[in-house]
Amino acid sequence: MAVEAHESVHRHEPPKGFIRKYIFSLDHKVIGIQYILLALIAVVVGMAMSLLMRLNLSWPGTSWPVLETLFPGGAPGGVMNPEFYLSLVTMHGTMMVFFVLTTAPQGGFGNYFLPIQIGAEDMAFPFLNMMSFWVTFVGFVVLLSAIFFSGAESTIGPIGGWTGYAPLSALGQIAGPGQGMGMNLWVISIAIFCVGSLLGALNFITTLLNMRTRGMSLMRMPLTCWAWFTTAVLALLSFPVLLGGGILLLLDRVAHTSFFIPAGLYVSGVLSGTQESFPLHTGGSPILWQHLFWFFGHPEVYIAILPGMGATSHILSTFARKPVFGYRAMVFAIFAIGLLGFFVWGHHMFISGMSPYSAMTFSILTLSIGVPSAVKTFNWLGTLWGGKIRFTTPMLFALGFVSLFVAGGITGLVLGQTSLDLPMHDTYFVLAHFHLVMGVASIFGMFAATYFWFPKMFGRFMNEPLGKIHFWITFVGVYCIFVPMHTMGMVGMPRRFAQFTEYEFLKTLHPLVMFVSIAAIITILAQLLFYANLVWSLFRGRRAEDNPWEATTLEWTTATPPPHDNFAGLLPTVYRGPYEFAVPGAPNDYVMQTEPGSEVTSGDGHEGHRH
Amino acid sequence: MGRVLAVIIWILTLGSVALFTTRKWWFPTAISEHAAALDRQFLITIIVVGIAFTAAQIGLGYTLWRYRDDASRPRATYTHGSSRLEVIWTIITAVVFIGLAVMGQSVWASLHFNQAPAGAYQVEAVAQQFQWNFHYAGKDGVFGRTDPKLIDDSTLNFVGLDEADPNARDDAVTTALAIPAGRPVEMILRSKDVIHNFWVPQLRFKQDLVPGMAIRVHFTANTPGKYELACAELCGQLHFKMRSYMLVLPEAEHRVLIALTQEQFQTRMGELLAKYQLPVSGE
Repeated sequence: MAVEAHESVHRHEPPKGFIRKYIFSLDHKVIGIQYILLALIAVVVGMAMSLLMRLNLSWPGTSWPVLETLFPGGAPGGVMNPEFYLSLVTMHGTMMVFFVLTTAPQGGFGNYFLPIQIGAEDMAFPFLNMMSFWVTFVGFVVLLSAIFFSGAESTIGPIGGWTGYAPLSALGQIAGPGQGMGMNLWVISIAIFCVGSLLGALNFITTLLNMRTRGMSLMRMPLTCWAWFTTAVLALLSFPVLLGGGILLLLDRVAHTSFFIPAGLYVSGVLSGTQESFPLHTGGSPILWQHLFWFFGHPEVYIAILPGMGATSHILSTFARKPVFGYRAMVFAIFAIGLLGFFVWGHHMFISGMSPYSAMTFSILTLSIGVPSAVKTFNWLGTLWGGKIRFTTPMLFALGFVSLFVAGGITGLVLGQTSLDLPMHDTYFVLAHFHLVMGVASIFGMFAATYFWFPKMFGRFMNEPLGKIHFWITFVGVYCIFVPMHTMGMVGMPRRFAQFTEYEFLKTLHPLVMFVSIAAIITILAQLLFYANLVWSLFRGRRAEDNPWEATTLEWTTATPPPHDNFAGLLPTVYRGPYEFAVPGAPNDYVMQTEPGSEVTSGDGHEGHRH
Repeated sequence: MGRVLAVIIWILTLGSVALFTTRKWWFPTAISEHAAALDRQFLITIIVVGIAFTAAQIGLGYTLWRYRDDASRPRATYTHGSSRLEVIWTIITAVVFIGLAVMGQSVWASLHFNQAPAGAYQVEAVAQQFQWNFHYAGKDGVFGRTDPKLIDDSTLNFVGLDEADPNARDDAVTTALAIPAGRPVEMILRSKDVIHNFWVPQLRFKQDLVPGMAIRVHFTANTPGKYELACAELCGQLHFKMRSYMLVLPEAEHRVLIALTQEQFQTRMGELLAKYQLPVSGE
């Protein structure tokens, strides 16, 4: 590692006490691991719920005695009731979107590696960073408590889907099971989560703009940093809107305001304002909630996937032993996706009663966002083309990301068209689309990141054979789960149905429903391999060097695991772009960013050879 | 490893494409006037999607197959990209995607950018938690006055019809929908409590019913028959049971039906629901 002679060495030692070191830590690396742990717990909860949902859809009416013990209200006699199913739908979505897809990619890996990759000692505001995690953690606890809040209602949680459409979510208990205290806790949890994410976003943006080390120009940053930065900007601009919406929804529920509740409602046999159980509401707009929700909700999709895109670019280049193809185009594509992401929220609302002319505008903007997404895919293929590909487990997952991103993203061309939304809206086609692209692809990005960075974080490799088995089952499994859901949607199967037995036109789909459930059960069980691998490798994994993958960026220049202040008091100086692999004339097939000298190209992300 | 992954990607691609091309599971046969154009637009789109999907996956598999880390080459190709390629593929995808987006507006525009044609048959839908109510104007073609204050589920006045209004005397309210075949239908969609969604797969049409709004939509159903009507927007506990039927009747039969008094209307509706059969599942 190159060290400037005049640079004074001043190491920062970690705090000694257990609580300051591991619990209320100010160290971005510890906070990153805390976020990852939170996601690892939340994803188990979310997955367990999807397992229960599949059991209920494929074997309706079956008694699972253990469920009665856990949820006496939701599964009397061990048989799941519809309100239990719907609260599973709600909690699964909320848990996954907020506490898995928003925490691990950004708060987890972003927190840990953004400061190291730009050559900083820590985040700009370590205290704010600690706050953002613990606020998020409180949100998680509140959400968990909503699951188990049965009380007087015979349900296990809120009913509303992760979108919580008003007025169902605004009316309170009069609207049926799942609208009581559980729903209040759901709204409060999301509001708390918004605050935590805002604190995190401020920190990411400030750190990236102000704390890059000498020589780390913007166009020398790894693509991961561009992705985390754009994600933080999206979070900063979108979460306040959801926070505001959440507060208004809570006021409608507890203070009997009427932001989302119109006049003259007649619910469960009671006219608004005629009885104490249903106070007078007047003048609210249900569609307003949808605008507020989706103004956040659509950027949220990119908040979930952009870090995965960054990690994938990073890992593809490393294991193809080749510079990222079209670095600048990749940066512009990330920006374009981020920017356009704010102007397409209405495509969730074509049939909501919104103006059909706005629907047309949103539709055309929506298909435009496919362009930068396609550009990214082309550049990933370009990166692989002519490479010398090493098929490590992180590489397999990154390649899986590309395959799944294409498979899931491309059906956006169908759903984004106003006309085709008429048959497709709220069917399993939508479910298939967003699970593949926002759910599974993002998760593959995180698996890739975990297998890739684990050696740096803990000084040991994860077990490769186990990792590969995990990859094969998961990769084939998710295709088997989600591709058939497209055809279910074409037949007309609606989302959020507790059972499909009521409709004649759905009967033909029974074999597909069973196939998907079996694939889901196998895939979910395969995730145990991942957890086993994590724990085993932590103690028994093969020991890792400082730069075990022969990579180029700054996280591989420092010790493994990195010291408390990341670079042991000597901040690195950067001389070149992030992905200088296969440089002609260089002694190795990789040139690290810290390597001085101009005998090789600048590799500033420019195209071709420029000196 | 690379070759195994390449082959698996190709097999998964083939399987996915086969699921669509064999058409074992496909849209039910359409019954509405706009459906032909809509189905055509879907076919064009899914072909473009299928080609792009297949090409990308085959390309991905090919790079994995060909560019393994073998001894034949000392190093990977050193390149940072090609501006020309970036421009080419950006323009091509932009033209294809935005072209699709523009084409995808035509059916939408035909349904939503115009008022219902003159002479359209009007019927009002009033959804409530787990039940559909359809309000027919009767012989005079004029809807009786309704008021939320008059709604009383216990006396079966589900839509709040004002019995004192002379226009209300020939009105009928039923839980199933009956519309004429081959004649434009204008529906006025309302909800009493939460958001519901009017969804008949064969109609290729879907629209939210939003409390506080009266949303006017129109379409023409061509094929007489009985079709299942579902709620497609989560509306609470028994959402999955909020089912009813849409009867598309030959115009003469429909004309007779709507001229009946409320009581006769209910009886006749029961007979018609028994007379017509649902389309065979899977068609």
